[in-house]
Amino acid sequence: MAVDQLSNTFAALADPTRRAILARLATGEASVAELAEPFDMSQPAISKHLKVLERAGLISRGREAQRRPRRLEPRPLAEATDWIERYRKIWEANFKRLDAVLQELKHKQKKTIDALLDEAKPKPNKKRRTR
Amino acid sequence: MKTAALKVTTPSERELVMTREFDAPRGMVFDALTKPELVQRWLLGPPGWTMPVCDIDLRVGGKYRYVWRNADGREMGMGGTFKEMVRPSRLVATESYDDHWTGGETLVTTELAETRGKTTVSTTVRYATGEARDAALKMGATKGLEASYVRLDELLTA
Repeated sequence: MAVDQLSNTFAALADPTRRAILARLATGEASVAELAEPFDMSQPAISKHLKVLERAGLISRGREAQRRPRRLEPRPLAEATDWIERYRKIWEANFKRLDAVLQELKHKQKKTIDALLDEAKPKPNKKRRTR
Repeated sequence: MKTAALKVTTPSERELVMTREFDAPRGMVFDALTKPELVQRWLLGPPGWTMPVCDIDLRVGGKYRYVWRNADGREMGMGGTFKEMVRPSRLVATESYDDHWTGGETLVTTELAETRGKTTVSTTVRYATGEARDAALKMGATKGLEASYVRLDELLTA
């Protein structure tokens, strides 16, 4: 995906109403009126959001003359998701390795402490000094 | 052992915060984040990359330098200067990649909080300017896109 397309996608997603619209469209196409209903927003306000989503290629319009239902275009979203997944995977892998390093350090520390405690214990073979 | 969740949030336009809990006291976590022989074992990025160079002069004003290399011999380097160092709770450092794909220098603040033997590490990445972040975006840099990833994440998990 071209970088500008990706930037458009992310910019379009940076708004809770637009994300809610996409979530709604993920369940099936809907007209502007149907989309406006749950948001307590005017149709022109919703239309503005729809324009942003359309420019970003995240939604398209149906041919039905009267309703012009909007529908989700899954491809750009999926491509953007790939980017996130790559990023998250890298950090999750880093931190998983860090977990392993920490477990090893804890294990080593415990061994050191055990050894010190062991040394501090009175030795059964040696004569113990009594008070 | 169950892997702790990695949380990513965007408190402001210029910032990104990553939070993750680790099952170890914070002195130990601080060591793992700052001792080269330990850092080299986990801070590797995508599969196939190693970290042949890891120099850390851990003091205020001290510099650090990281270089990663993949199987084809391709290298990627970055480094910066420590601005604050409070062991084991806080570390502030500048961060700059050799090829400037983050759109200039960023400031990275790492905070460690311990509760009942577990440590929560929060890393805040702050971009120098809005332009720097936009430049990073234009280059298609992963770093520059982080803030948006978070929002997309929210959408996808809503």
